[in-house]
Amino acid sequence: MSALLTVNDLKVSFNTEDGIVHAVEGISYEVEPGKTLGIVGESGSGKTVGTLTIMGLTRAANTQISGQAIFDGEDLLSASERHMRAIRGDEIAMIFQDPLSSLHPFFTIGAQLVEAIQVHNKVSKTAARTRSADLLTMVGLSDAEQRLSSYPHEFSGGMRQRVMIAMALANEPRLLIADEPTTALDVTVQAQILELIADLQAQTGTAMIIITHDLGVVAEVADEIAVMYAGRIVEQASATELFANPQHPYTRGLLDSIPRLDRDRSIGLDPIAGRPPSLIAPPSGCAFHPRCPRAFDRCSVELPPLEAAAAGSEHLVACLLSPEERIEKR
Amino acid sequence: MIRYILRRLIWVVVLLFAVSFVTFVIFYLLPSADPAVLRAGRQANPALVASIRHQLGLDQPWYVQYGRYMKDLIFHFDFGFSYQNGMPVRQLIFSRLPASISLAAGAAFLWLVIGIGVGIIAAVRPRTKLDRASMGLALVGISAPVYWLGLVALYLFSSDIGLIPILPGANSYVPLSEDPFSWFTSLIMPWCVLAVSFAAFYSRLLRGNLTEVLGEDYIRTARAKGLSERRVVFRHGLRSAITPIVTIFGLDLGILLGGAILTETVFNIPGIGRLSYSSIVRSDLPVIQGTVLLGAFFIVFANLFVDIFYAFLDPRVRYE
Repeated sequence: MSALLTVNDLKVSFNTEDGIVHAVEGISYEVEPGKTLGIVGESGSGKTVGTLTIMGLTRAANTQISGQAIFDGEDLLSASERHMRAIRGDEIAMIFQDPLSSLHPFFTIGAQLVEAIQVHNKVSKTAARTRSADLLTMVGLSDAEQRLSSYPHEFSGGMRQRVMIAMALANEPRLLIADEPTTALDVTVQAQILELIADLQAQTGTAMIIITHDLGVVAEVADEIAVMYAGRIVEQASATELFANPQHPYTRGLLDSIPRLDRDRSIGLDPIAGRPPSLIAPPSGCAFHPRCPRAFDRCSVELPPLEAAAAGSEHLVACLLSPEERIEKR
Repeated sequence: MIRYILRRLIWVVVLLFAVSFVTFVIFYLLPSADPAVLRAGRQANPALVASIRHQLGLDQPWYVQYGRYMKDLIFHFDFGFSYQNGMPVRQLIFSRLPASISLAAGAAFLWLVIGIGVGIIAAVRPRTKLDRASMGLALVGISAPVYWLGLVALYLFSSDIGLIPILPGANSYVPLSEDPFSWFTSLIMPWCVLAVSFAAFYSRLLRGNLTEVLGEDYIRTARAKGLSERRVVFRHGLRSAITPIVTIFGLDLGILLGGAILTETVFNIPGIGRLSYSSIVRSDLPVIQGTVLLGAFFIVFANLFVDIFYAFLDPRVRYE
């Protein structure tokens, strides 16, 4: 099946007063229709900037963008702003992290939904309102008709995120980008929202990119997972393969730092030491080497390419350790 | 909401009482001159001054004077009579009010249009030459005292002493009811002079607000919907950024309606501001009281109006 979105060697950097921030350092991936790609990484790993750039939302005088993002046969990075506007919210839609700050506080839910519909469809306000109410019902809000007149602050966090999802799905996008959709929500609500997203995706056949720092989230919804570190993809594999057979020390570190009920409590958690690297002056060689428990001499000099973990495998990893060394127990 | 408004209205009354009392006490304890002596003129002798003092009621204890003043005010809406020319204060004030309203309203229109326009342009083009130039100019505008600007304007443009005599100068005010065209031309200079510092302040304020708002998550959402940049800035951005401006505008307008003393004095416009200035110079307590109460009235009502209006602007605000 041919890919809906193909990203090729995407690089994004920003000129700031402190220097050039290399937010994304050449990432490539594909999203197939109806499938879900999970992008996992710490804050500052470039996962959000990469997708915002595909949407054309990082264009500015101080931003340098290179590479390609082929969506439906055309390169979004070189498309005109006018054309991008036609695509945004219609073909590609986004769900953001914090539904309270992402909804306009002064406009009713109805007004914001109607606006999203009317930008891309020549329909009457009444028709758009009816459609808005249907959307709210679809995302599981009762009394949809009355809810349209409410303001965001009158809703709970989970309800607000449902509204954001309704807004994103208003024009039946072919690609949905969910940027940390559950991070700002209560744990019990997180599961409901994830389930809702998965259900709606199954109904509509939308492809999805889900961005998160939480491996638990991608485990539930993603088909394919890309792990990002300091602007680069360090490991990429199908979800089952990645969880069964993690290769990169960073991915293993992420998995080890998740609390698990089935493990002896006396072992304790094993967090990754240190802090995420500076994107202005990233470490030489492999950016992860200062924090890597397995680092050796070459790691600080040589940048590891993203290659098949074993010959012919679709499991990609960027690490200088030999395949045998990578899977060794520490 | 109704209960909130009623409670605020009661406070307005209490506040106006307090203002009148404080004005009275200040005048009584620290008079700038003896009104009776001023009234008696050049041929003053002790007997004349004493009789004038009796006539004006100034020989009575202060609480009797205050009580009588408040009684007339409350029961007859009577502000008393000027010590200096015997005219009813109410009539003095109402005859001056149109000039002050003309000045304030025209200037307010100007500074809103200029301030908001410049603020938006500077905010959507941050760190460009246009932004820096307009914000630098605004800083000059805020710093320039209005009486100095007024004199410079007169020196440059007034038809009598101006280098480029194109506009009627000081003392040219004509009421709207008499001659609308002359009313308009005579006020062009005062409007501009009065509006400068406000326009400058509003543009800087709006630039700051709008710049901040345009970085908000909900603006990113608006862009992600595929809205045009114009709609993002004007509908989503401005809607939030302008709310604090509305608050300040209400208060500024309220203050100016009570008299723009400096501008009215420089251009010799017969408004409330000049009336209060001359009444202070002449120790004319009833007129001072009248203008102070009027000013206080405008300010507290502007405040009340702004607070109520705010609840309509920002749906998150609710009054109990």
